[in-house]
Amino acid sequence: MINIKQVDFSYGKTPVLHHIDLLVQEGEMVALLGPNGSGKTTLIKLLSGVLRPTAGDIHLNGSILGRMKRKQIAQCVAVVPQQFSMPFAFNLREVVLLGRTPFLSLFSDEGEQDRRVVEQAIELIGLAPLKDRFFNELSGGERQKAILAMALAQEPKVLLLDEPTAHLDINHQVEILDLVKRLNREQGVTVIAAIHDLNLAAIYFDRLILLKEGRIFTDGNPETLLTAETIEEVFATSVHVSQHPITRSPHVAIIPRL
Amino acid sequence: MFTRLKKNRRLLILVALGAILLLCMLIAVSIGAVPISPLTIIEMTLNKMGISHFSPTWPPSAETILFQIRLPRVIASALVGAALASAGVLFQGMLRNPMADPYIIGTSAGAAFGATIAMMLPISIVFLSFGLVPIAAFLGALGAVLLVYNLARVGGKTPIVSMLLAGFAISAMLTAILFFMVTLSGRPELLQNIYSFLMGSISVSGWNQIIIIAPLIIGGIVAARFLASRLNALSLGEEGAAYLGINVEREKLLVLGLGSLLTAAAVSMSGLVGFVGLVVPHAVRLVLGADHRLLLPASALTGAAFIVLADLLARTLLAPREIPLGVITAIIGAPFFIYLLRRHRREYAF
Repeated sequence: MINIKQVDFSYGKTPVLHHIDLLVQEGEMVALLGPNGSGKTTLIKLLSGVLRPTAGDIHLNGSILGRMKRKQIAQCVAVVPQQFSMPFAFNLREVVLLGRTPFLSLFSDEGEQDRRVVEQAIELIGLAPLKDRFFNELSGGERQKAILAMALAQEPKVLLLDEPTAHLDINHQVEILDLVKRLNREQGVTVIAAIHDLNLAAIYFDRLILLKEGRIFTDGNPETLLTAETIEEVFATSVHVSQHPITRSPHVAIIPRL
Repeated sequence: MFTRLKKNRRLLILVALGAILLLCMLIAVSIGAVPISPLTIIEMTLNKMGISHFSPTWPPSAETILFQIRLPRVIASALVGAALASAGVLFQGMLRNPMADPYIIGTSAGAAFGATIAMMLPISIVFLSFGLVPIAAFLGALGAVLLVYNLARVGGKTPIVSMLLAGFAISAMLTAILFFMVTLSGRPELLQNIYSFLMGSISVSGWNQIIIIAPLIIGGIVAARFLASRLNALSLGEEGAAYLGINVEREKLLVLGLGSLLTAAAVSMSGLVGFVGLVVPHAVRLVLGADHRLLLPASALTGAAFIVLADLLARTLLAPREIPLGVITAIIGAPFFIYLLRRHRREYAF
């Protein structure tokens, strides 16, 4: 599905990613972990095609991403960024409808089919009662869900999420990740998410990729990857790793330095 | 079912606004030093179009006043209003900034600058200078808006304060250069022309200018309507729009180009008329929502009606003296602008 070959990236003269090699199969659910500035967000942007690699290629379903049209990419890949600001008073339904943009032609507005997809996405995300409310008047969690619904309206094969649970309370964290997991399981959507919370990653994701200073440090399942030694080496923080009492996934507890 | 309802609603609103515009135009042509009753106007117009043959109950002079003086002026007003309101919608959508307006961000000053330079060029061939003025106005508008846009951009965003400051600075600079050049030219009679140009007033003589400018403005608005759904996507910001498959750089150029074209076309008939592009889209957005597919055509029609009425006030309030149109729109628009700036201070900080 996605094949990253020898990708380098730098912002101007500041190198961010070095020699990234990564193969993600269709239907995988992958978390990108790593300290701030390790290149997670940049990797998400490269995968979405809004940034181009300085060297190397990214293949999406066999085509080179850099040679695809933006519209073509958007028909396959949807992105949920950390936060959108919306200067105008669009209501929730109108925002979700924006997800159909890659499918509209220049001369026609959305049709019956687009409407149905939008209603379904709103329904799935559980925001139907709020669909006439202004986007800017929603709470942070509701807004994040609306953006996820917009991404779903794109009917993506690949869903990229950049810190989808940052700034959210635990209820919204669980709701969002439950939903992403369901999409992955039931519709086979390939999910790649940059995420900070190691425990959430361990619970929801099958494959973790740990980035350090722009390189892939390790790549594997939560059980083998989330060890106290590895985490200490990447994050320079002492932790204690135990088992989650219910999910049996690794559970990382920080050890304060004071 | 829902789609049809929505589509019909949109169409219905536009038809209603169109009817209001026609009504405003009818009122505007009937009022003046020589009043002509609306009924007579309709009869005269139908006769002229060859649709009917009412026997004239009016003096021949009424026909001259209507078709050679008032109707061109009212149609020009409608075109100016439609163009400026549409340009306002385009600039606001692209800059993601509800305070943008062709006058405030310096586009109008750029157009005026280009147009005046062209007028001052010692080209005596009439048809050449006639074509040159709108082209120079367009280039001036585009140059000014690109300059302001690049000056005002901070880290991929166009904050309101830097946009206002850049627009103000560029406008002031262009106006200053303009007066300097007029002074240099040693033709003081030009000063009066330029002064009234900067104050803004509808100046068309007969139909020649309208025949050239009208297709530009109407074509520009139709083209802008096709950009509407992409303007919706651009509301999410450049990155968000790119995620939705928008070719952001190309769209931005299209929007800026179209906005400049519309501004230049309007300025070439009216000089600098401010705040229309701000007040009208704002009011329309408040009532009809933010969706550009309705906002754009609705603002064009509302803007047209607004300027038709404003110009009516301009020429009748102190008749026979004429108040510059720009004075009327500024008296209405500037307080509104200040009110918005105060009220939405928090919302507009992004």
